[in-house]
Amino acid sequence: MYDFRYHRPATISEAVDLFRQCDDGQYLAGGQTLIPVMKQRLASPSDLIDLARIDELKDISATESAITIGGMTTHAAIAASSEVRSRLAALADLASGIGDPHVRNRGTLGGSIANNDPTADYPAAIVALGATIITDRRRIEGDAFFTNIFETALEEGELIRAVEFPIPERAAYAKFPNPASRYAIAGVMVSKFADIVRVAVTGAGPFVFRVPDMEAALARDFSPEAIEKLQIPAGDLNADLHASPAYRAHLVSILAKRAVQAAKE
Amino acid sequence: MPTISLTVNGQPVTEEVDAPTLLVKFLREQLKLTGTHVGCDTSQCGACVVHVNGEAVKSCTMLAVQADGAEILTIESLANNGTLHPMQQAFHDKHALQCGFCTPGMVMASIALVRDNPDPSEDDVRQGLEGNLCRCTGYQNIVQAVRAGAKNMRD
Repeated sequence: MYDFRYHRPATISEAVDLFRQCDDGQYLAGGQTLIPVMKQRLASPSDLIDLARIDELKDISATESAITIGGMTTHAAIAASSEVRSRLAALADLASGIGDPHVRNRGTLGGSIANNDPTADYPAAIVALGATIITDRRRIEGDAFFTNIFETALEEGELIRAVEFPIPERAAYAKFPNPASRYAIAGVMVSKFADIVRVAVTGAGPFVFRVPDMEAALARDFSPEAIEKLQIPAGDLNADLHASPAYRAHLVSILAKRAVQAAKE
Repeated sequence: MPTISLTVNGQPVTEEVDAPTLLVKFLREQLKLTGTHVGCDTSQCGACVVHVNGEAVKSCTMLAVQADGAEILTIESLANNGTLHPMQQAFHDKHALQCGFCTPGMVMASIALVRDNPDPSEDDVRQGLEGNLCRCTGYQNIVQAVRAGAKNMRD
């Protein structure tokens, strides 16, 4: 790892100000991706701005229609939150399946979505639930947040405060994890609201995407049978040593049905 | 150079560290606590698991500066005047190790697991140790040891 200057601001505004003053600053959330990447010298920021001591980034709060989770909330805290578990179990389930217990004790919601790894789990939840990303300067709709592989709508120095998740009538996440890393080879979140059904896929493509054909079919009939015959095209899906595009396309159909079934139960 | 103050195995420690120093390197090379091992150095194998403020963490994937103010427990904290911790004793009794390289991380992860789940099923143990790799045992005896250790800790 190359040397860097380490900062530990106590407030969001202090963190954002520090970022502006740095040559090549980088926010440090849980570090479960950034630290390995720095160890491999694939990233060499001049300054690390550690967000761990900013208490306002760790709140979980709820209203009648939504749960808002601070950007520095760990996967373990989301999985263990009684509020999330009772009202948005699909998200608690998703968080409890990320990495391993030790990684979940450090890794954070904000760090994960800012990184936008194509095989990360949260993007499926953000898009399927129609969540809103709240930053230090604005609100970004979930559909507009993930823009390309490892790219997001965040501007230089923009900091994720929290994510606001609307509470669906039903939702569930089904994932086919890589057996070594637990990253999603493919993962599908399905949600049903009074006025809309959403199906969001992670792991299979360069970044999270929705499946309009499945959404339309499920809006008519929210059952696994309704999407029995729907296949997504393999063309643009990821190819690596773990799975071919055709295999990932097949997984998406299977996982979507499993998610619908789980959401109905 | 940043200065950090923390508690390691109950002892207050104040040391200067380079910002890039990993927690595991700080423990092993500055504090000479070599019970915590570096296996893969890529946050996969879990040989480096220690407790940070009571939570199991991979110390190869945390900076020492991030541990400023924290309470750290390593494998060296467990035995008391030569008497093994109940979980260590269970690993011994059940022959849950061969080469022993993964054992410090396994034991620290198991104690954290049992604190959250005092009577884990076999499945709970296997899921709870997903972040810890053993290349010798095939895990069978480790799973038995964790369940036995959990019972010892309850008694």
